[in-house]
Amino acid sequence: MPTPRSRFLGRGESGDDAAGGTAAPMDVSADKQRINRRMFLKITGWGSFFITMGVFLAGTLRFLFPRVLFEQPPTFKIGVPGDFFSGGPDLQDGHIRVYEQWKKEHAVWIVREGRRLYAMYAKCTHLGCTPNWFPEERIFKCPCHGSRFYSNGVNFAGPAPRPLDRFGIFLAGDGRITVDKSRIYRFRDFDKQGAYLEV
Amino acid sequence: MSRKKSLWKRVRRSQVWRSVFRHDYTDTRRNRILQIRSNIFLHIHPARIPSHAGRIRFTWCMGGITFFLFIVEVITGILLMFYYRPVIEYAYQDMKYLRFDVPFGIILRNIHRWAAHLMIATVMLHMLRVFLTGSYKPPREFNWVVGVNLLVVTFLLSFTGYLLPWDQLAYWAITVGANMIRATPFIGHEGPFALVDRYHDIRFMLLGGTEIGANALLRFYVLHVIVLPLAAAVLVGVHFWRIRKDGGISRPL
Repeated sequence: MPTPRSRFLGRGESGDDAAGGTAAPMDVSADKQRINRRMFLKITGWGSFFITMGVFLAGTLRFLFPRVLFEQPPTFKIGVPGDFFSGGPDLQDGHIRVYEQWKKEHAVWIVREGRRLYAMYAKCTHLGCTPNWFPEERIFKCPCHGSRFYSNGVNFAGPAPRPLDRFGIFLAGDGRITVDKSRIYRFRDFDKQGAYLEV
Repeated sequence: MSRKKSLWKRVRRSQVWRSVFRHDYTDTRRNRILQIRSNIFLHIHPARIPSHAGRIRFTWCMGGITFFLFIVEVITGILLMFYYRPVIEYAYQDMKYLRFDVPFGIILRNIHRWAAHLMIATVMLHMLRVFLTGSYKPPREFNWVVGVNLLVVTFLLSFTGYLLPWDQLAYWAITVGANMIRATPFIGHEGPFALVDRYHDIRFMLLGGTEIGANALLRFYVLHVIVLPLAAAVLVGVHFWRIRKDGGISRPL
């Protein structure tokens, strides 16, 4: 039985005598001498082949991830706080107003609930269709499978498993409210900072 | 008559003819083997067919029907490629052009579509038959694995082809399908043990973006017309070759 070390022997060398049979510890310098020209060419040849293929594979993978996307930027601005908080009786807790003007372009409802402002993702949490807002009934209905949501996005009928998700919302340096669609908050994170804006 | 015959003989004796057909037609045992061995199509086909291979109640010929449908898909698909452009401005228009104006376009498109639906059915029936007859047992285990890979490739061909009409059905079906890919473990950004964000996950790699758009349409097209058919052709070659190497067509015990 050849030991694993005998794999490093060139053909025609009598390595079996030295390495075979017993697992006797061998001198490291003796091992080094056994990398002969044939072995060296084999290692460098296959080594450079696999390195080339590896670099080619890595480059191909990188190629599939473009640097520039022709998609909408993930953030957009919706105005200053004064546009949504004019003061007055509707600032009481529980009073909800749904702003629909950003739905068509950004798939976002801006919802003001008392002093809180949040950006609700207009995408059903069931399978991703776009629900509709019915101002008379004050509920959202999904046309695909009949899920329904209250005006604050909480589901109460149909197959939707959780309330509508919310996007990150913050006050930018220029004083305007900015919605960040790359940050999505689910129900358990609705009270986290960034999921709402309070004035 | 005799001149015609001598011309035919001269053609048969010419170097061109003999470079293609390397032996004569005399019906001897040696020539029968040579005819098969020197012709690639006959060579792929088994040299001898055992009589039990004709018992269609055992094999249902489901693999053969699937292969036939694959050939149908290749031919009709190539013809559809002459009119279809995988660009969002044109894709839907080209599909309607094929349907309503191109001569025989509607029948080509429908053959392509129905053969694709049928292929899914026959591929699964083929799998069922192989399972019921125990034809996955040694020495055919590896060919079962090749077959499972072919099943996956067939599903992916259907999935990628579904987007190409670029209508509402296609768009939303692929939206739902691509959303499932988010949940891939490790390499999906919403999956368990997610290692990457939504700009570097497997869904982004497939769509070429974070939503179904121009890149996704082009990528699905390239996968549908080049990558997956090529993979299927190679796997089919291995599958057929392994049938012969693993003891020939499955037989009743």
